[in-house]
Amino acid sequence: MEFQISAKAKKTIFGVIGVGLLAFIIGIVQNIGSEQFATRLMSNLLIDGFFFFAIALGALFFLALQYATETGWSVAIKRVVEGVASYVLVGMVVLLVVFGILTVTDGGFFGALTNHGHHTGHIYQWMDSEIVDHDPLIQGKAPFLTKWMFWVLTILYMSVYYLFYKGFRKRSLQEDLEGGTKIHFKNFAKGALFLVLFGYFSSTSTWHWLMSIDAHWFSTLYGWYIFGGMWCTAMTTIMLLVLYLKKLGHLEQVNGSHIHDIGKWIFATSFLWSYLFFSQFMLYWYANIPEEAIYFVFRIEHYPVIYWGMFLINFIIPMLVLMSADAKRNSGILMFVCIAIIIGHWGDVYMLVTPGTMQEHGTIGFMEIGLFLAFAGVFTFFVLNTLTKAPLMPKNHPYLDESKHHHI
Amino acid sequence: MHKESAIREPLILGHKTYHDITEDVCRSIEGKAPKAWYILFGIALLLGLYGVGCILYLLGTGIGTWGLNKTVQWAWDITNFVWWVGIGHAGTLISAVLLLFRQKWRMAINRAAEAMTIFAVFMAGLFPLIHMGRLWVGYWVMPIPNQFGSLWVNFNSPLLWDVFAISTYLSVGFVFWYIGLLPDFATIRDRAKNPVSKKMYSILSFGWSGRAKHWNRFEIVSLVLAGLATPLVFSVHSIVSFDFATSVIPGWHTTIFPPYFVAGAVFSGFAMVQTIMLIVRKGLRLEAYLHTKHIEYMNIVIMVTGSIVGVAYLTELFISWYSGVEYESYAFINRATGEYWWAYASMMTCNVISPQLMWFKKLRTSLLFTFFISIVVNIGMWFERFVIIVTSLHEDFLPSSWSMFHPTWTDIGIFVGTIGLFFVFYLAFARYFPVLPIAELKTILKSSGESYKNGSAPVRTSPSPSKPKVIEESVEVEEVSNEEKTNRISSLIEKIGAGSEENKDDLKLISGVGPKLEETLNEIGIYSFEQVSKMTKNEYDLLDSITGSFPGRAERDNWAEQAKNLMNK
Repeated sequence: MEFQISAKAKKTIFGVIGVGLLAFIIGIVQNIGSEQFATRLMSNLLIDGFFFFAIALGALFFLALQYATETGWSVAIKRVVEGVASYVLVGMVVLLVVFGILTVTDGGFFGALTNHGHHTGHIYQWMDSEIVDHDPLIQGKAPFLTKWMFWVLTILYMSVYYLFYKGFRKRSLQEDLEGGTKIHFKNFAKGALFLVLFGYFSSTSTWHWLMSIDAHWFSTLYGWYIFGGMWCTAMTTIMLLVLYLKKLGHLEQVNGSHIHDIGKWIFATSFLWSYLFFSQFMLYWYANIPEEAIYFVFRIEHYPVIYWGMFLINFIIPMLVLMSADAKRNSGILMFVCIAIIIGHWGDVYMLVTPGTMQEHGTIGFMEIGLFLAFAGVFTFFVLNTLTKAPLMPKNHPYLDESKHHHI
Repeated sequence: MHKESAIREPLILGHKTYHDITEDVCRSIEGKAPKAWYILFGIALLLGLYGVGCILYLLGTGIGTWGLNKTVQWAWDITNFVWWVGIGHAGTLISAVLLLFRQKWRMAINRAAEAMTIFAVFMAGLFPLIHMGRLWVGYWVMPIPNQFGSLWVNFNSPLLWDVFAISTYLSVGFVFWYIGLLPDFATIRDRAKNPVSKKMYSILSFGWSGRAKHWNRFEIVSLVLAGLATPLVFSVHSIVSFDFATSVIPGWHTTIFPPYFVAGAVFSGFAMVQTIMLIVRKGLRLEAYLHTKHIEYMNIVIMVTGSIVGVAYLTELFISWYSGVEYESYAFINRATGEYWWAYASMMTCNVISPQLMWFKKLRTSLLFTFFISIVVNIGMWFERFVIIVTSLHEDFLPSSWSMFHPTWTDIGIFVGTIGLFFVFYLAFARYFPVLPIAELKTILKSSGESYKNGSAPVRTSPSPSKPKVIEESVEVEEVSNEEKTNRISSLIEKIGAGSEENKDDLKLISGVGPKLEETLNEIGIYSFEQVSKMTKNEYDLLDSITGSFPGRAERDNWAEQAKNLMNK
């Protein structure tokens, strides 16, 4: 039985996109005259652009990890992972457009705003030469924080992600037709290569895309922290899709043990993310060096609810709820945890961007919720659409039999 | 039933039976120790005693016998401490994390790695205790009331967190290791002929009887302990890294420290496992259980963790420049180009470059090369801690007090002594303890044993005391090309008629056909009794030539006759 997006699902998805866009437009109308309007708009585009791209990238990483570690159990959900990863193609375009606008406007300066004659309202202050001229610290970071370096590296990352996604997908479909172990071993080698590149890119890309928003601030753990979050959200999204497809009667070969294993991954990656959050936060809090601590002081002072709220959701909920084995097999409980985690991690990305761009003026209103819903709709539609393109159960994978008989 | 793909390499080589596993592991305990063991034990003991002598001299004279000075107040002592704790990381990682990831190959190394962990943590624990100067009041590190003469401990200090983290780690690691040993001690007890050793192993095995109830509890406890031990893998070395990272010293205060220390610890732990296991497998003749594939897996772990450490080094280096903090940048420039450049260069070569050689399959499957690299990595990881600690201290905030560190013979003696003591413990372990988990290995024999995987394992109908050698000869089969095989299969099916999965009979009802053989028959295309009943001598021979195993069995048991009877039932 091939998977098709049902009329009902289409209606729901387009409904969500419609409602999202409507709310977004209401938000725009509400705010269009305000000083922070342009900054808020660009922050939102960056938040959602990155958040959904990161989910897909996390799935691509997980796919490569399964190949490189020769994992057997996950073969039955491989197509779902590929489906989530396929969104890198869209997410990439969205991010490049956002970066393009930011580059053209010198980091998000829309001309209208001056504060004592200074440019304000940037996403990337370091792109604006007016500011850099008066800021020796940013000048010191020059070869890295420059437009050309940003673009050279960004295009490198995107082309690597694009090529690897295309390659994995092509070989996956080819294996269905040809069989044998040749493709399998090629995937093994390519998976390992991707992990190496991703090991560097996952850090360096986030320094440019996110850490440089707070241009003076730095943390060596930053990239790994973002990586922990993207992996966790990717596992969560994969779980939601598997549960949805199972409910429709697809993925017959996926049994309770597979669900349990994805549940364990969500549990484990939530812990990983929390561990990295704690490591970064605690060390700066403990040493209390002003230029380092300010990052957290500012967030706690002006965004206490979102900041602590997202930490509690992302750490406490999966820890308490997913502790027991039964919970990791119960679709109702899993749905609840997954949705909570997705909201929580969106809150995390919101906290990465907003305080640096909007200072203390950031709020979550129609604009934020609307754009999130619209992106979520597009993401879901695109991923489901990829799932219709190939049979949900791969054929001829050497570990397919292991996965079909997976029992823990 | 657990399925294992045919393309996965077997974990137990050759043809081993359950009894062989028991024999192979117990051999070294029950037999006499070889001369080499006595020589090694003697050397280790001498080194250990020398170390104990140095410790006694230090305790009698004072910490001044170390090369510390007022600028470099921490040097070899803490370097050795972190080095040993790091080595002690592989045990819990293998027994807990790899257990959760269902990595069956860990069974070749988990017992020995856990033992290594415990002994390494012993060695690590010595250093802070000695450094406190008065060993006899070492219990003051515990939060005990002031009436005992102690001072209330400082809960803000990561050094105190270390006390809790490491003692928890040691307790859980020890319990985990010991629980796993119970059934194996019982096996040795039951085989022991000497009344003294029977008594000893009987005490050690806690009266294990092998009842279903015991196994049930055993499995529950193992899972709970694995759950407890997994966070410990992360917490211990994270807290060790806090000793440095919570400070404001340039080069120490960086957020990547906790996960990067954990990766480095696993890196060095696996290197030490390699060093030791390569010797042990040879000495105890365990090559069938710990073979090239296991070594390769461990080398891949070393390569991955080494790369993570490499990424962390480069990240630190980059951010020290990016931060624009002059002190931070200087700390790293000084590390790489200052007076300790040689230590930094050794660290980079040993930890970042050498594991990258494992990308070559030829190198990572070479035992000699592996042994060499494992020692290189251990040296590199010692230098890493030395570089982090000493280069950040020796040029402090006051240039007039800048100085170098020169180790004294007490420094060296205590370090070498701990290596000696470690091997004293380890050699005793290898002599008197089962170094492989006997009971656990038996659980993977039929899914991952070579002879079971390729179907050449003889199924014994009567208890035959034949030696493994004889069996190995009998399973030698003629090599048939795949094409030829297909031809033979089609000619066989032509004669007995095609079957289908829908009309499947339970072929296991034929005496002599087990689940494994049934699968083989199904693969060929034989599903029903009807097909089997049509077989004659000709087809039997054809079948034997296809499966390459059990020659003559079908004819002897007269399958066709049996199948006819079953059809009529």
